[in-house]
Amino acid sequence: MILEVNNLQVNYGAIKAVKGISFYVNEGEIVTLIGANGAGKTTTLRAISGLERVHTGTVKFKGEDITNIAPHKIVGMGLTHVPEGRRIFTNLTVMENLRMAALLVKDKGEISKSFDEVFELFPRLKERRTQSTLTLSGGEQQMLAVGRAIVTGGDLVVLDEPSMGLAPMIVDEIFNVILRLNKEGATILLNEQNAYMALSIADRAYVLETGNITLEGTGKDLLDNPAVQDAYLGS
Amino acid sequence: MKYKEAGLVTFLQLLVYGLQLGSIYALLAIGYTMVFGIIRMINMAHGDFLMIGSYAVYFLVSIFFADQMIGPAIALLVVMIAAGITGMIGVGVERIAYKPLRKRSTISTMIAAIGVSLFTQNFFRAIPAIGPNPRMGPKLLVDKLFFIGPVQLSMARIIVIILSLIIMAILYAVVMNTKIGIQMRAVSCDKDASSLMGADVNRVISTTFFIGAGLAAISGAFYANSYPVLTVTMGATLGNKAFIAAVIGGIGDIRGAVLGGYIMGVIEIMISAVYSELAYGFSFVALIIILLFKPEGLLGKPMVEKV
Ligand SMILES: Nc1ncnc2c1ncn2[C@@H]1O[C@H](COP(=O)(O)OP(=O)(O)O)[C@@H](O)[C@H]1O
Ligand SMILES: [Mg+2]
Repeated sequence: MILEVNNLQVNYGAIKAVKGISFYVNEGEIVTLIGANGAGKTTTLRAISGLERVHTGTVKFKGEDITNIAPHKIVGMGLTHVPEGRRIFTNLTVMENLRMAALLVKDKGEISKSFDEVFELFPRLKERRTQSTLTLSGGEQQMLAVGRAIVTGGDLVVLDEPSMGLAPMIVDEIFNVILRLNKEGATILLNEQNAYMALSIADRAYVLETGNITLEGTGKDLLDNPAVQDAYLGS
Repeated sequence: MKYKEAGLVTFLQLLVYGLQLGSIYALLAIGYTMVFGIIRMINMAHGDFLMIGSYAVYFLVSIFFADQMIGPAIALLVVMIAAGITGMIGVGVERIAYKPLRKRSTISTMIAAIGVSLFTQNFFRAIPAIGPNPRMGPKLLVDKLFFIGPVQLSMARIIVIILSLIIMAILYAVVMNTKIGIQMRAVSCDKDASSLMGADVNRVISTTFFIGAGLAAISGAFYANSYPVLTVTMGATLGNKAFIAAVIGGIGDIRGAVLGGYIMGVIEIMISAVYSELAYGFSFVALIIILLFKPEGLLGKPMVEKV
């Protein structure tokens, strides 16, 4: 088990956003959290990464308790988080965003190799590498957000709604890269409202409803589950 | 000498005075702009770092050197040590007074800063070695006057201008090219995202305060070299002017702070050559005019509110 979340509860003042959920991610897996807007997916990921205070419960990463540890220390342990809304540094160039992502990587050769990999996966970023990120489209921003995660290079990569607001073709491109990262050895934990896409690539999935996990199973099981089909897959 | 020529000579001499004062404002304005950039806070106590810096120079010289003629190399060393001490005080102020309020409203942090400013001034006044009476700052640089053609120039002023430009160029290179510089820019844009890349946001903010307060101290040392009357409130007026300079240039932008500083310095000297009582008031007029035409300041970008 690379990640183990136990009875996690997170509050915003009086609002109980996550109400004591437990789940785990095994090494090498792709696991997805699906759920409607406001279900608590983002809050869960932010609490795991140390961005929100855990009220009760524990988060263990690679066997170590990381509950309420500072985010930069958690990154250093190998947990990389691609946040909701991409959160590109719009005052930096494409290249500077990648250099920022390489902050904790010591080996210069490794850094330039990962830059090459990002530019090979997303040639459009290469064309724009010295440009201000303000000129990037939503899709290109998401490519950069995923590119930063490649450069940071964690063992567990957590992605919060990478498909949000993107054209279908770009969604495919991003998901292919996520799959490739997984093949190269990274474990993936993925938040998605785009449940069909997420369940199709996931080994296992959890359904989150107003702060509770209401269903879990393999990606395929949940795809075939009538309740999931009704609530999340449309028809 | 013809009348017109005499006017030009006076203008050039005043320009050097203006650029020197502008260097002092620019060094001070950078701190306002960097702190605002990184934590969106107007540090009303920033001018007091200038005061602390000039007293630090005063005490370093009077404690360690019986003779005030310490020579340029040692003078530079003294200024750097004073900057280091003041920088550490800046880090301490942020940790103790501002950090606990980081998630509060702008108004709370502003009031905290005013409190820090009042406390600092009164605390220094209460120290017997400082007290309420002005002190004579040491002459770090003995001035030499020289002529280029008919224009009489002051070596000390020109050295201040050149040193300031070098310091600011180094700062700019650090901010644009080094790891800590990229982190400072990233943190000013998005703290959460920066920490997800492994940046220790608290450390980056501390570094920013260290640099800002250190530059204020250097600015104070340069100021005291030309206007050697030290008082515990000296930072307040200079701080206000440097703050205006930062706003004129576009707060949050380092190059803007430098540009604003030089504009303020030159305008002030030129105006006071005509009528000295007007200078301070005119700074505000310049501010208002520039902000009327460019609300975000000369080099500032229009503010994009983050959602
Ligand atoms: N910063 C915040 N302050 C207060 N409430 C919040 C904040 N962020 C999220 N919430 C609330 O917490 C709940 C869970 O939100 P979130 O984790 O963003 O859900 P999801 O990512 O599944 O859409 C929602 O009710 C939301 O309104
Ligand atoms: Mg969300």
